[in-house]
Amino acid sequence: MIDVKDLTKDFHKTKVLRGITEHIDKGEKVVIIGPSGSGKSTFLRCLNLMETPTSGEIRFDGKEITHLHDREINQVRMRMGMVFQHFNLFPHLTIKKNITLAPVKLKRMDEAQAEKKAMELLERVGLPDKANAYPAQLSGGQKQRIAIARALAMNPEVMLFDEPTSALDPEMVGEVLQLMKQLADDGMTMVVVTHEMGFAKEVASRVMFMADGVVMEQNSPQEFFRNPKNPRLKEFLSKVL
Amino acid sequence: MGFAESFRQNFIEADRWRYLWDGLCTTLLITALAVCLGMILGFLVAIIRSTYLRTKKLLIPDLICRLYLTVIRGTPVVVQLLIIYFVIFASVPVSKTFVAVIAFGINSGAYVAEIVRGGIMSIDVGQLEAGRSLGLNYPQTMLYIIMPQAFKNVLPALANEAIVLLKETSVAGYIAIADLTKGGDIIRSQTFSAFLPLLAVAVIYLVMVVVLTRLVGRLERRLAANDRR
Repeated sequence: MIDVKDLTKDFHKTKVLRGITEHIDKGEKVVIIGPSGSGKSTFLRCLNLMETPTSGEIRFDGKEITHLHDREINQVRMRMGMVFQHFNLFPHLTIKKNITLAPVKLKRMDEAQAEKKAMELLERVGLPDKANAYPAQLSGGQKQRIAIARALAMNPEVMLFDEPTSALDPEMVGEVLQLMKQLADDGMTMVVVTHEMGFAKEVASRVMFMADGVVMEQNSPQEFFRNPKNPRLKEFLSKVL
Repeated sequence: MGFAESFRQNFIEADRWRYLWDGLCTTLLITALAVCLGMILGFLVAIIRSTYLRTKKLLIPDLICRLYLTVIRGTPVVVQLLIIYFVIFASVPVSKTFVAVIAFGINSGAYVAEIVRGGIMSIDVGQLEAGRSLGLNYPQTMLYIIMPQAFKNVLPALANEAIVLLKETSVAGYIAIADLTKGGDIIRSQTFSAFLPLLAVAVIYLVMVVVLTRLVGRLERRLAANDRR
């Protein structure tokens, strides 16, 4: 579904990604871990072109997307949902409007359809009573669940998660991971950058370790955690586990 | 001459109060129209400038905007007014009030632009990213997500800019517009007494500014309460 070839990204003089070649299949749940500054967030953000790659190819359903015009990039983004570390809900809109804004303005649904869909999604994330609340009235965990619902409203084929639980108070991490697990069980293709090793073990179909702008090692979660080979990964795991 | 006699002479005799009343109407008309023009220009410039700063697009329009801001904010408004009246519209028969609206509108636009640009840039870049990640294009994200938040943040500052403009129009007399200030000055020249006419002018400005400032304060508190919901 997503094919990445020799992807690099420089910020000014700093090489953040140094050549990544990867393939992500439909239905896969890829979890990316690694120390900060390893380029894992940048890699994720290249997939929906929030960052413009310096060189290399990204194919989405066989179509090269790194040299598209803005309008086509927007078409690609509609098919990839993204969830941010800091939620980025729209504070001036109600929860329901947060969810319906994109589908309505992008003419995917009319107002009534979008509202119906929003209520279904709110039911699914367990917050149907918050439809008319504003983001400021929600806890961090609730905000992130709404952010997930907002991304799902566009019926994306892939969901990208950029450290979705890193800004949460510890007691709220569980509710967000639970929702992500449900999403995984429903068959959603997911790429997740996270520090939650428990989530990686339980939900991932493949775990990827990034450091210094390259993928150093990847494997099924069982092998990855039981039998790490790369010394950097061994060191990293000894610190976080 | 007692106060009553002086008052009668300056305001009642020959209906001289009409100079102040007509002048006030002219001042309010010029201010209202110039505020509208200033807002339109200011928002346009602010959007161009912040688009350039965030996306590096619109380089040429941004250069033009920067030139506009530098020239307008770097020269006195009276000089701008005189140039627009005596140079730009020298051979075109237009109403003086129209010229004043153009001059004060262009002047105010530069200050509005910087206020609004500050408001846009103060919105977290995550808001832009969230909008774009959903597939909205840049104009849609600006219109539905960034501008409503920025506008609310800068509303008090914009209202204050309008109040400043109300006072600044007092130099309209330079091109012989009979505004409020000029009205008081005409009375002074007819009655040869300066104190009462000019005091009256000052009091009228002061009352308007105090009332408007109060209203802005109330607006500000209401917006703040809204944020805490």
